Amino acid sequence: MARAKADEDDYWNSSKFAQAFTFDDEDDDFTRLKESKKAVNSISALVDEDDEDDDVEKVSWSGEPVGSISWSVKETASSLRPVGDSRELGFPKINASPSLPKNNSGYSLSSLFKVKTKVGGILSSADSFSDTPARHYAPELRKPKCELKDYISNWSPEETVLKMQQGKVVSLERFQSLQDKMLLLDKAVDGHDGNIITAILIYLKRSLCKEVLFRELVARETALQHYIHYLKESGEQKVLLDLFRALGRTEDEALLQYKHHLTITDENKRRDFLKTCLSLPFSPEDATHVQDHYTLLERQIIIEENDKMVERNGQSDLFKRFPRKSSILNMPLITTLYYSCFYHYSEPEGTYSSPANIRRTFKLAEKQYFLTALGARAKLKAWTDVDSLFTTRNWLGFTKKKSPVAFQRVLDILHKNNAPVQVLEVYVYLLEDLELKINMAHKFKCHDVIINTYRDTKDRQQLLGYQRKFDRSSVEHRKIADLLNNSQIRWKN
Amino acid sequence: MAAHLSNGRVNLNILREAARKELREFLDKCAGSKAIVWDEYLTGPFGLIAQYSLLKEHEVEKMFTLKGGRLPPADVKNIIFFVRPRLELMDIIAENVFSDKTNSRDYHILFVPRRSMLCEQRLKEQGVLGSFTNIDEYILDLIPYDGDLLSMESEGAFRECYLENDQTSLYHTAKGLMTLQALYGTIPQIYGKGECARHVANMMLRMKREFAGSQNQILPVFDTLLLLDRNVDLLTPLATQLTYEGLIDEIYGITNGYVKLPPEKFAQKKQGEGSKDLPTEPKKLQLNSAEELYAEIRDKNFNAVGAALSKKAKIISAAFEERHNAKTVGEIKQFVSQLPHMQAARSSLANHTSIAELIKDLTTSEAFFDNLTVEQEFMTGVDTDKVNTYIEDCIAQKVPLIKILRLMCLQSVCNNGLKQKVLDFYKREILQTYGYEHMLTLNNLEKTGLLKPQTNSRNNYPTIRKTLKLWMEDANEQTPNDISYVYSGYAPLSIRLTQVLARPGWRSIEEVLKMLPGPHFEERQQLPAGLHKKRQQGENRTTLVFFLGGVTYAEIAALRFLSQMEDSGMEYIIATTKLINGSSWIKSLMDHPETQSP
Repeated sequence: MARAKADEDDYWNSSKFAQAFTFDDEDDDFTRLKESKKAVNSISALVDEDDEDDDVEKVSWSGEPVGSISWSVKETASSLRPVGDSRELGFPKINASPSLPKNNSGYSLSSLFKVKTKVGGILSSADSFSDTPARHYAPELRKPKCELKDYISNWSPEETVLKMQQGKVVSLERFQSLQDKMLLLDKAVDGHDGNIITAILIYLKRSLCKEVLFRELVARETALQHYIHYLKESGEQKVLLDLFRALGRTEDEALLQYKHHLTITDENKRRDFLKTCLSLPFSPEDATHVQDHYTLLERQIIIEENDKMVERNGQSDLFKRFPRKSSILNMPLITTLYYSCFYHYSEPEGTYSSPANIRRTFKLAEKQYFLTALGARAKLKAWTDVDSLFTTRNWLGFTKKKSPVAFQRVLDILHKNNAPVQVLEVYVYLLEDLELKINMAHKFKCHDVIINTYRDTKDRQQLLGYQRKFDRSSVEHRKIADLLNNSQIRWKN
Repeated sequence: MAAHLSNGRVNLNILREAARKELREFLDKCAGSKAIVWDEYLTGPFGLIAQYSLLKEHEVEKMFTLKGGRLPPADVKNIIFFVRPRLELMDIIAENVFSDKTNSRDYHILFVPRRSMLCEQRLKEQGVLGSFTNIDEYILDLIPYDGDLLSMESEGAFRECYLENDQTSLYHTAKGLMTLQALYGTIPQIYGKGECARHVANMMLRMKREFAGSQNQILPVFDTLLLLDRNVDLLTPLATQLTYEGLIDEIYGITNGYVKLPPEKFAQKKQGEGSKDLPTEPKKLQLNSAEELYAEIRDKNFNAVGAALSKKAKIISAAFEERHNAKTVGEIKQFVSQLPHMQAARSSLANHTSIAELIKDLTTSEAFFDNLTVEQEFMTGVDTDKVNTYIEDCIAQKVPLIKILRLMCLQSVCNNGLKQKVLDFYKREILQTYGYEHMLTLNNLEKTGLLKPQTNSRNNYPTIRKTLKLWMEDANEQTPNDISYVYSGYAPLSIRLTQVLARPGWRSIEEVLKMLPGPHFEERQQLPAGLHKKRQQGENRTTLVFFLGGVTYAEIAALRFLSQMEDSGMEYIIATTKLINGSSWIKSLMDHPETQSP
């Protein structure tokens, strides 16, 4: 009963609703919005204007209950935003605006966030985690803006963690010795609050040298995981790599390094970066993949440069007839092979862009190569190329059709590319399963196949039935009539 | 409109009310007029708690979505940011605050569900931390989703727990369970299976010790808590759900209780009117048990939905026909008073008929059938140790990568790992067809155990399958007698564990429990004297089943089925970190899922 009680027909068909309205921010059509609102209101008038615990909900066209939060956000936003998004008015970038002077003392933590180093001089009292008690809304909460005072006391590690969990202000500075610090960390881990574990790790990261911290973390799996997560979140790639190295987690280190390539948009820089990845300690399988990745991009850059020029100069008829939809850069290997089969099919194996070269370089399986080439040549309607893909010649010089995938799949692909009946027929004949052969022949309207198959199976009834589908004057009709009159055939029915 | 929350065995509306109270208290803390700037992701979950009217009552005059640049003009005293603790959002907030030239304003941040030291550091970095009057947290741990369902709506929980080993979400879980116990009484018995379950139980017991001073004097509503790790049962979410609600989620995705559907089927034409005004916006529908018809059909196997709908249609038309029999003024009045209800029922029927049609188009397709066949072969243990040609063909046809990963992981799980040769073959084909960068995703899947090379140990899946009766040959889809109807044959492992726990108890399956990852355990929490329930003869017990790392709609359907079984003697309330399906789950484990080929 999520719908309004209002009559369904009225709801859907009233002229106010005929134009479905949206609550999108972009919707600057004020009149429509007003009208819609009126409509919404008129609907709500139909239902009991009760408190919201009524089991009837008001629903707008988009299905949001009228008055739901996401509805209202859009509603107030769209009626407020001036036409022409306010985002376009140039805003001062944060970097340009003066840093707010803070009178706090202590350490600068900004060095921890190297990714987005801000205008210097923002000092903060690092380790006093000022907190307003989370769930006790007492009047003292209306404190002066962001109070950050250092609170010194002699809490034990356990008490400190507990206070932090309760959102109290604590100082970590008094934990000076390594032993104390680790005790503090262990207590935090016992408490399982990731937020507090992270807070303590930030303190440790600053107050301990890297080697010592790493060494201590080795024996503390949970804390270590939080530390890794923290470094990832704050984008401290370098420290993280050092850590993995120190831990002997070389594969993680390699993968993390490799992942970085996704952020590089310039293809040449990306290629060079991938080259540096080749020497990383990947697992043997992954190492092969990274090598292939590098080789592929290297090839793509060469092919792209060449093809772009050929296309621009109008040197190639193929590019004119089938303009490239996008560049080949960063496409998967199979897509690249398809591209090559499409634009560079007849090139000799020596050229980088030839299908044969790609097939050999990446050691592609026969099936993969075959399907890709078939798809590309069928798309171009190059039926002779398709035909020769299947043709093998034995030592006596006889030709034979062979395929690494089922002929049914081949037919699907050809059919999708609108292959003519004459082409399809050849492969329907090659299907071994009789029932399948008939079905496919029906599907593709290969009359000859059907007629000949019924002849071969001496099925007069089927043949008679099939004959009725044709005009008396048609070739097929006459052909069937000839067969039926053929006294040489011994019909089974 | 939250009436459906209090219909069940446990009145979950209490939890909702508690959450609303807390929200009001926070709003009142920021005196004067206010505008809320929303992290858009949160509007969905918040919608389950409160409506705009509540905010309005507390002087919220404007609401915006969080965006970079300048805040839209608003003549208010307070600006409140409702955000998740994410570093990138902190940068946007800083930008907003910096570019706001109104000096007389107070800024506040409400972190949902928890404050984060990292985020506050980031604000400090950006030089805006001092601008905030209140920095607070709104502990939205467990959101009442339906009468028997609670969700933390935490998308990344599985990834954090099993890939990144970050236990923060487990801490939130424990906290949420403490809140729940504060409202519904101490849960005397705790069972669990899995590493994360163990952690959560430990934290709960520890937190209870810390509050030892104050005894909870509420009569316990729950008899038992069962904590289950998602990685105890990696299989179930990978299979395609076959219940009505499960299929809606698989195909269209249900977010925060809403689904967006293609509009074509929902347009109604008046006679003589052209189709020129077809809506182009997706049709958005809310799905929960407040809708009578939906509550009736959501958990049915999809093959039984058609019959249920046509039965309903007959009832409704009969009701409308009644008008011819109404002769007296009284009778007519009576009829008219029922009209709104009948019309609501009719539109509900119209909607679900359209949805069922949409789903049927898909389930009757060849692709769906082929996929299902392969899934069922894997689950019954057919040829799981070989390269599967269907998967190979799918790769060659470049179907969306998630589908491939789902099937491949299913095969791996059903074979206790893939042979190295098979695994290498799949990996190579995927990387060559979809791009080498997916190496990262494949590594993630291996780390979580969804994908793995077979070690020397024996494949123990057949033993698990037989002992727990995970495959039922004669699953009855129309009038089910076993939970296996939700997957048309496969009985979800997680729910079998739940079922066996209730009767005859886990001791009967010790061997299987040992084969599944993580410890299994039992804990008891002491109740103060006088709070021990005196059970009436035949009164059902109530179990809260908590799925750490996500639960599917089909699993929920199976639990509801168990609750309704006459002789089960047990009612189930379900809680989870997130409602998932195989695709959303795999997606959460992918690195750069958006680079996926179409």
